[in-house]
Formats: sequence, C-alpha cells, structure tokens
Amino acid sequence: MASEDINRVVGEIGLRHGRERWRLMDIVRDVQERLGAVGPEAVDAIAGWLGIARVEVEGVVGFYSFLSSGQRGRVVIRLCDDVIDRMAGYDAVRAAFEGALGVKVGETTPDGEFTLERTACIGMCDQAPAALVNDVVVTNLSSDKARVIVRMLRDQKDPSKLVHRFGDGNNSHPLVRSMVENNLRKAGPIVFSGQTRGEAIRKALAISPAEVIRAIKTSRLRGRGGAGFPTGMKWEFARAAAGDRKFVICNADEGEPGTFKDRVLLTELPDRVFAGLTIAAYAVGAAEGIVYLRAEYAYLRRFLEQVLEKRRADGLLGRSVCGKPGFDFDIRIQMGAGAYICGEETALINSCEGLRGEPRNRPPFPAQRGYLGCPTVVNNVETLACVTRILEAGPATFCERGTHQSSGTKLLSISGDCTLPGVYEVDMGITLREVLELCGGEDAAAVQVGGPSREMVGPAEFHRTIDYDDLATGGAVLVFGPDRNIVEIVSAFMEFFVHESCGFCTPCRVGTVLLKEKLDRVIAGRGEPKDLEDMLELAETIKQTSRCGLGQASPNPVLMTLRSFRPVYDALVKPDPHGYRRGFDLQASLREAERVAGRGSQQHQEGVP
Amino acid sequence: MSDRFTITVDGREIPAAPGQTILAAAQASGIYIPRLCHMDGIEPVGACRVCTVRANGRVVAACTQPATASMVVQSQTDELVSWRRQLVEMLFVEGNHFCMFCEKSGSCELQGLAYRLGIAAPRYESIWPRREVDASHPDIILDRNRCILCGRCERTSRDLDGKHVFGFVGRGIHKRLAVNARARLADTGADVTDLAIGACPVGAILRKNRAYRTPVGDRPFDREPIGAPVETRAELTINGGPAS
Ligand SMILES: Cc1cc2nc3c(=O)[nH]c(=O)nc-3n(C[C@H](O)[C@H](O)[C@H](O)COP(=O)(O)O)c2cc1C
Ligand code: SF4
Ligand code: SF4
Ligand code: FES
Repeated sequence: MASEDINRVVGEIGLRHGRERWRLMDIVRDVQERLGAVGPEAVDAIAGWLGIARVEVEGVVGFYSFLSSGQRGRVVIRLCDDVIDRMAGYDAVRAAFEGALGVKVGETTPDGEFTLERTACIGMCDQAPAALVNDVVVTNLSSDKARVIVRMLRDQKDPSKLVHRFGDGNNSHPLVRSMVENNLRKAGPIVFSGQTRGEAIRKALAISPAEVIRAIKTSRLRGRGGAGFPTGMKWEFARAAAGDRKFVICNADEGEPGTFKDRVLLTELPDRVFAGLTIAAYAVGAAEGIVYLRAEYAYLRRFLEQVLEKRRADGLLGRSVCGKPGFDFDIRIQMGAGAYICGEETALINSCEGLRGEPRNRPPFPAQRGYLGCPTVVNNVETLACVTRILEAGPATFCERGTHQSSGTKLLSISGDCTLPGVYEVDMGITLREVLELCGGEDAAAVQVGGPSREMVGPAEFHRTIDYDDLATGGAVLVFGPDRNIVEIVSAFMEFFVHESCGFCTPCRVGTVLLKEKLDRVIAGRGEPKDLEDMLELAETIKQTSRCGLGQASPNPVLMTLRSFRPVYDALVKPDPHGYRRGFDLQASLREAERVAGRGSQQHQEGVP
Repeated sequence: MSDRFTITVDGREIPAAPGQTILAAAQASGIYIPRLCHMDGIEPVGACRVCTVRANGRVVAACTQPATASMVVQSQTDELVSWRRQLVEMLFVEGNHFCMFCEKSGSCELQGLAYRLGIAAPRYESIWPRREVDASHPDIILDRNRCILCGRCERTSRDLDGKHVFGFVGRGIHKRLAVNARARLADTGADVTDLAIGACPVGAILRKNRAYRTPVGDRPFDREPIGAPVETRAELTINGGPAS
C-alpha cells in the first residue's frame, strides 16, 4: 500500500481515538486490523499523530503477539497450543492446516490470504483443540474440520461464515454469534445466582462508601484472580489514597492456561460484573472504570459494549448513577493484544496507558499510584461478581459458603482427562477428590491446580483442599490421566513461560530458557543426576530474584514436579554405565560450532553498514 | 532531617532517609551493592536483579526498594552472592561476549562484576543469539551482541538528553535494543556527546576511534575491582564523620 494511503488510514483511525498517548493500543490494534501490519510507514504516522517517538510505537507493536510489523495474511489462523490442546490432538490439526494451506506455522501464504500461527491458551480448553480465525473462535477441531475450514475460507473469504451453529446461552446472541459452549456444569448460589436488576447497586448507594467497604470486609472476600488479596482492604487503601481522580479496573485478561471461567461469566452475567465494578467505584470514589478484555475474547466485545449501553440507558452508568447525586461513573473497554503478562495488574495498567506490557515496580502500589498516576483498584471478573452478590444478599449469605479463611464459592475451569470438562461453582474448601468426582476425572494420575504457575498434585494428595490455605487457584484445574507424560507437560509449561516472559528482568528472560534447555536434555535421556540438582538451583534463583509474579512462578512446573514426581525424573537420569557424560551431544556440539563459525560472515551482511 | 532513620546492612548500622533506596543508602555509607542496570543519576527500574538483597527477610531489588526505619538488610550472604553470580552468568550466555576482543574490556561493568564475584567461566550453555551490529553512525558503534538489555541508554537518552534515541522491541528472550529510526542509528538524533552514549555498562555502545586509547592494564577495573570507589570514598566519609 502506498504511503499516502497508509497515512490516510492512520489519520482516520487516529481521529476516532484522539491524540492522547494512552490511546496507542487502540490505534495500533485498528491499524493492524485494517492494514494487516503496523509497518514502518504506519509506525511513523502513528508516532506523528500522538507526538511520541517512533521507537515507542515500535516497542509496543513488537511486544504483543497479536500485533506485527511484518505483513500478515488477511485471515490469521491462531492455533491454541497449550497442553490440553496438545492432548486433544493439536499436532494432527496443525498438520492438517499446514497441509491445506501449504505453509508452516509462522508463515503466510504467498497470495497474502492466510497466516498460520500458534498461540498460548485462548480460554477454550473445555472444547479443545481450538483456534482463532481472526476474531472467530473454532472449537473441537479435528484434521477433517481443519481442511473444511480452509476450504470454506477460500470459497467465502469471510471467517464469520464459519459459524454454522451457535453455542448455548448468550453465545447465540446476535452480537456474539459464536460456536463457543459455556459448559456451565454447576451453578452455585453466589456467582451464578441469576441475573441482577440493579438491586446490589441500589443497596450499595443507600449506604456510605465506608459501609460498603465494611460489608466487603465482613464477607472476608479475597481476590479470585489468583493472589487472594482481601478485596475490602484493597478498596480501603484506594479510598484513603490522596487524589481527586481514581480508577477501577476489571481484569478480564484471563490468561492463565486452563482458565476460562471469566469468559463464561462475561458471556452469561456481564451485568453482575459491571455492577460489581460500579460498586467498587462508589466505594473508592472513582468516576472512571475500565474493563481490560483479552484479545482472544474480542468476539464478546460488541455484546459487552451493548450491555454497557443498556446500563447507561437504564441509569446504572453515567451521571448520577441510580439518581445518586454526585456519583458519576462510566466504563470503557480496553482491548489487549495477546500477552499473558498483561494479566498482572501493573503490566495491565501499563498496557492501558499504551505502553509495553511490562510490570511496574512496587511500591508504589496501584492503590496509591496506578493508571495515569491515579489511585487504582484492579479486580478480577469473578471477584466483582462476588461483590454484587454480597451487596445483594448480605455478607452473611456469602460467608455461609466456604471456610473461615476462604469464604464463599469458587469458579473452577476444569479440562483435560475428565468426562465433564467445563465451569463449576463449588464451595471453597472442597477437596480435590470431590472435584474429580464431579467432573468424572477419578482416574487422574496428576492434577495441575491453578495452571502452570501453581501446583501439580498426585493421587496421594487428592485429599488436599481448594482454598487460600492450601491449593490457592485462579480456577484452573487440568486433569491428567495415567497415560500422560508428566515431564512433557512440564516442558510445555516451561515453553509457555519462555514465550510469555516480558523480558524485562534477567532471571525470567534468560533463566527460563536455560531451565527449559536443561529439562529437555533430561527428557531426551541425556541428563545426569547432577542435572536435577542444577535444575533445582536454577529454579530457585529464578523464583527468588524475578521481578514479578510471572518470573517468580515460572519455575514452579519444575519445582513442583521434582518434589511430587521425583521418581519420573530419577528414571530419566540414571548414571551412564560407561561413565560417559550423557549431557554431551556430539552432533549438536558440531552444529553449534558450525553455526558460530558461520556467524562471523553473516553478521557483516546483517549488520548495517 | 528529623525524619532520618537508620538501617543495618550486613550488620552495620547506617543512616537512611525516607524515600531513599537501600542501594543509595548503602552507597552513601561506603557499602557497595553490585548493580548493572542502575547508575547514579537516572531512575532505577530493577531489571538486572544483580542488586538483589534480603530486606527484613524478603528478597527485593536494592536499587528500587525504599529503605524503611530499622530495616535489616543482608547483602553479602552465600545465598545472595550465589544468586548474583548466576544472574551475571545468565547475562553472559544470553549475549555474545568475547571479552578478549572487546575494546571495553577492563572498563566493562559486566566483566568487572564477574571478576568481583569470582566467575571464571559461565556454567550455562551459551544461547548464541543472532544480533545486529549498527556501524552507520559516524562517531558511534552499536553492537547488540554485547547488550545486556539494562535500559541505561534508553533512560539516559529520554530523561537526561531529552531525546529518546533508544528503546526496545520484542519480548522475553527476543527482546532487543532498538533505535528511534526505521533502521539505523545514523538516522536518529544521536550525537557522540549525548550522555546516553556513555551510559552503557558494557561494550554495546562505543565511541568510534577510541579503541585502546587507554592501554590494557590501565583501565578502571584493571587498577581496582568494580565497586572499590564506593567503598574507598566512604572510608573517607566515615573517617571524617558520618554522612549527613
Ligand atoms: C503473570 C500474572 C498473570 C495474571 N493474570 C491474571 C488474570 O488473567 N486475571 C486476573 O484477574 N488476575 C491475574 N493476575 C493477578 C493480578 O495481578 C491481580 O492480582 C488481580 O487482578 C487482582 O484482582 P483480585 O484481587 O480480584 O484477584 C495475574 C498475575 C500475574 C503475576
Ligand atoms: S519476572 Fe521479569 S521478565 Fe518475567 S514477566 Fe516479570 S518483569 Fe517480566
Ligand atoms: S546498549 Fe548498553 S546501555 Fe543500552 S540496554 Fe544495552 S547494555 Fe544497556
Ligand atoms: S541494579 Fe537493581 S535490578 Fe539492576
């Protein structure tokens, strides 16, 4: 496309979003969608429009998986390659797509029509293998389906035509029109207690903000996003923080592999979530709210926009919410662009400001200085739905469920080797064994609770409970049957962290790569007993010295399985009977030497004169 | 001054002020906490993690963590020194470092720290990444092979030079230093007198035609270990009375 055209397109998109720097994410996303790339000309045009350095724009484009400086096809097919999808047949599906398209993963067809990519968990593990075709979600894939999809895309050119049936509930809503299934297997009395008609907000507005915070504290609600911080206390900090302008943010980034409960909640009960965010705003004194929606859930966006529109019409958002003088509040949706790290609240805030999604240092905490430097509360989707129920039914009703330290219910996203994968609302404190009975996963040989960041548990520990004292989880429960290869799973988890590290700090950026290399050497049968000790040491260093939760959790797959599944590793690293160093791979070493030798001359060509 | 307080670092009681970082407080009293991504005069960001210490038992980056009254800081324990060593080794294998051919040798902070920490050779396997060299600028050479992604050039250019010559692209292990032009440093506003050009701790940003002007053996870390100036300058301060 000619430069003038690129300038014109960027100009149009820029006009729509304005000139404030924090609109950068929206602008680059739209440019990517219109032009198939944010190339050098577009970067210059965007930088000029916002009055920032082009390297800042380039930095953002280069950070997020869904943005690219190189031209992508008109249709981008993103295959979800998480562990569950691999178990469900990812390799065959990938091969079928590659065959039908005539390109490999990571490539674009010569006619510029299709790009085939892999992507981290897209939140569809209960209907794996799954993929995104532009914004359209396709699920339960097989090789045959893959070929049909390619044929249909070639004939009809329009990914939305792939939708030949609708999923249940609001998945058939005219603004959603998706094949995604909710698979809501168990609705409980708190989160999935039905629609809300504004009772919760009216009850909140009838009392003072301090009393709202007291009610939340009485409920002992703790964050459902994983960290488990007491919600009432977080709100109190933000309320007490100095500043006229405050923000509340709903974290709908849901990126932990194996987690998809927020997707179902947003599909079926968005009003409960928005009500919770409105109550949070009232409690802390915020006038502006943001929902940070992961790019993978873009298919829900227009629907959610309409729900917000309806709430404005009903007086539940806007000036004087519910007629309460002085309480003005509105919500906007901020789309992500493919980065797991943006679920971390300070990275999320940076992303909302149009920056690379790198976490910030703490202190200051978001409640002191967050979005645009203002006191900011970030809460998970489910946490906010709990808030609505607490105001509606009272803290006591909430506390009737769960345990003292972990009150209420918890949504679980269950997938893998079980007969009934899907979303379950269970009481906090439930044992893993009970969970496995519910979902038909009694044969499990291992369960990953909380996704790759957390813990792998074997049968001897199925008596353990899901709550903040024992197995704390954002909700992911990945069930692995007896035939699964534990170390392969661990390696796939490590691959996820390598891919999703933001790269800001040394231990996570480099350490995860080194740890995965060592692990893969052990898996390949080239490890020695000492390698396991080295892995433990390296894992500990990464865990301790990483700058944020991602890096700190990244060695957990290795650490947890070395603890609970040690015999699997020991069997792989039997000392060599001939006393040879097993770690030494002659072929690979020669390859490496060749590569190094070849590099000197290559550098001259690559280097800019 | 009434709100000043003390902290202890490795058993030594030293003064600190509200808002002051652990690293800055330690430095003011002649205690050197190793660092790479931080340098005096720019905002600390906590990227390299080489300054990791334990503060009241918690593991934190000394360059970003504010000191608080009576904080007990440990820096030179076996555990912490071992972590630092591993972090420095990671930085070596992540890039392509051939010290014997590098004109920064002897004044390179990465190398200096490796010596101070007693690293003879990294124990990890090299990653051997492919990275670009940019020799387009008449006075400056940019060799990304040696870049440790510390961000000192970026922050110095942005905050002290007011220019924004440098930035980063990519994510994770693919993160790379970028310049504010379509491709070449020559097309940015970079000038050899920019403070950013002197901010690089390693041999990734070098002034052209300076190679070997200071003979080997006479370079800063040939003469004394990295960190020594902090330790000796403070020796004076202590002799002359506590730092105020
Ligand atoms: C790497 C990483 C990813 C995260 N991803 C999410 C996420 O997708 N959704 C979420 O709600 N919280 C996520 N969190 C936790 C958030 O940082 C934050 O604690 C949470 O949104 C706070 O909300 P809550 O207190 O209601 O749980 C993540 C944390 C880390 C370190
Ligand atoms: S641990 Fe470091 S590199 Fe990893 S995501 Fe956090 S800040 Fe980025
Ligand atoms: S070029 Fe030098 S100063 Fe800049 S990030 Fe790389 S190592 Fe740091
Ligand atoms: S000096 Fe503190 S993290 Fe680099």
